[in-house]
Amino acid sequence: MITFDAATVTAPGTTAHGGPVRLLAPLTCRLTESRIAVIGANGSGKSTLARLVNGLVLPAAGRVDVDGWDTVRDGGEVRRRVGFVFTDPDAQLVMPTPLEDVALSLRRLDLSRADRAARAREILESFGLGDRADVAVHSLSGGQKQLLALACVLATGPSVLVCDEPTTLLDLRWRRHVEDVLDGLDQQVVLVTHDLASARRTDRVLVVDQGAVVHDGDASTGVAFYEDLMAAGAAANAARPRTDVT
Amino acid sequence: MTGHTLGRATSSRTWSRSIGAARSRGYVGAGRAGGATVVHRASVPVKLASLAVLGVATVALPGPAPAVTVLLVVVALASLARLPRRVAFAGLRPVVTVVVILGAVQWWQRGWMTAVDASADLTALVLGATVLVATSPLDDLLDAVVRASAPLRRVGLRPELVALTVMLMLRTVPALLDLMAEVRDAARARGLGRHPRALLVPMAIRTVARARATGEALAARGIGDEPPAGYAEPARRPEA
Repeated sequence: MITFDAATVTAPGTTAHGGPVRLLAPLTCRLTESRIAVIGANGSGKSTLARLVNGLVLPAAGRVDVDGWDTVRDGGEVRRRVGFVFTDPDAQLVMPTPLEDVALSLRRLDLSRADRAARAREILESFGLGDRADVAVHSLSGGQKQLLALACVLATGPSVLVCDEPTTLLDLRWRRHVEDVLDGLDQQVVLVTHDLASARRTDRVLVVDQGAVVHDGDASTGVAFYEDLMAAGAAANAARPRTDVT
Repeated sequence: MTGHTLGRATSSRTWSRSIGAARSRGYVGAGRAGGATVVHRASVPVKLASLAVLGVATVALPGPAPAVTVLLVVVALASLARLPRRVAFAGLRPVVTVVVILGAVQWWQRGWMTAVDASADLTALVLGATVLVATSPLDDLLDAVVRASAPLRRVGLRPELVALTVMLMLRTVPALLDLMAEVRDAARARGLGRHPRALLVPMAIRTVARARATGEALAARGIGDEPPAGYAEPARRPEA
C-alpha cells in the first residue's frame, strides 16, 4: 500500500512571487488498488509523482510511505519493496550481458556466486530471454532490453512496481508483449503512461496537470477527464495568434 | 568466435569498421565470445595479480629491451586469448595519442631508448588491462574487487561500493565513446561537423545527463543501498 500524506515536491530556487518552485502540489491519497495509472501531459508532474514512490524524489513537505516504510527515513527498505522501470532501458542496464545484469540485481540477496548465476538464468528463462543470457546487451532489440530491465527489477521480488512510460520507445509488437507481462504480475503496479488504452485497463487513474493531481477516480472517468482536459488545451492553443515560419 | 584475431591481416577499411563496432559495442567483455582459452579460464585473482606483476615489471626493468619484451609477452597473451582485433584496438585507441606525445617528448628530452621504454611500457599496461577485462566475466571481476578491497572496511569504505565504482568506470568508457559518436553525427547532420561548440557543449551536457540517469537507475534498483556484512532484517518495524 502506498500512502501520500500532503506530499509536496519543490525545486531549488524561487518563483517571481518569491515562493518555492512547486513541482507537485500537496497530495494526499492512499493507493491500495492492484493497477493504478498516472496520466497527464508532458511536463505535468507524472514522473515526479512516480519517483516519490521509491524515494528517487523526496517530498519537501509531507510524507510518502510504502507498506509503512517512510521514503525519507527508510529509503533502502522502500527500494527493496518498490521496483522502478524507466522509459529508456539503456539507462537502466549497466552490465555487458543480460545474465550479469540480472546477477547484479541479485547481489542484494545473500546468494553464492553460483546460486546467483543459476537464479539469474532461471529469471531470464521465465522472461523468454534464456537464449540471450550471454549475448551483449547492446545486441538486444529495444523490446528485449525493456523486458530485461523488467527482469532485473523483478529479480529481487519487490511488492510494488512503478513503470515510467515503459512502452513509449517500443514498437507495437513489443508494446503488447510488455503490457501482457505487466498485466500478469502479482505486484501492485503504478503505470505512468500516455497510452490511454493501457490506462483504461487499470483499477484507478490519477490525472496530473501542471504539478497537481486534478482527478482521481476509476479508469473510465479518469481517461474521459484527461481527454476533455487535453481537448480544452488544444482549443486554447488554436485560439492563440500564430507566427508563420518561412 | 566472431571478429578478427590478433595476427590476422585486415584492410584499413575493415579496421575502421572494427573500431566503429568496438565503439558501439564497448570493449568490456566483448572478447568473451572466444571464451575457451587458457586466459579465459584463469581465475580473476590470478589475472589481477599478473597485471600487478606486469605493472611492477615495467618499473623494475628499465631500458628498451625489457620494455619491448614485456610488450611482446602481453601481445602473445592477447593472441593466446584470441582477443579480437577490434577489442584490442578499442582498448588501446584512447591512449594512442598519449603514447605518441609521450614518446616524442621523451625522444626529444632523453633520447630514443627512453622513448621506446616509456611508450612500450604504457602500451603493455593498457593492453594487459584490456586482456583482463575482455576475458573476465564482470561479475567475477566484481567479486574479486570486493575481496581485494575488504580491508578498506576498516576505514569505513564498503567493498561493494568500491567494486561498483570500478564496474561503472569500466562501463563508462565505451558509453562515452558511443555518446561522442552520436554528438558528432548530430553536429554533422546540422552542418556543424567541425564546430567545437557544437561538439563540446552537447557532449558535456549529455555526459552529465547520462551520469545522472545511470545514478538514478542504480538507486532505483537499490544498488549501493546494500547494508554491511552481517546485516539482518532491521529490528525496527514499520509503523502501522
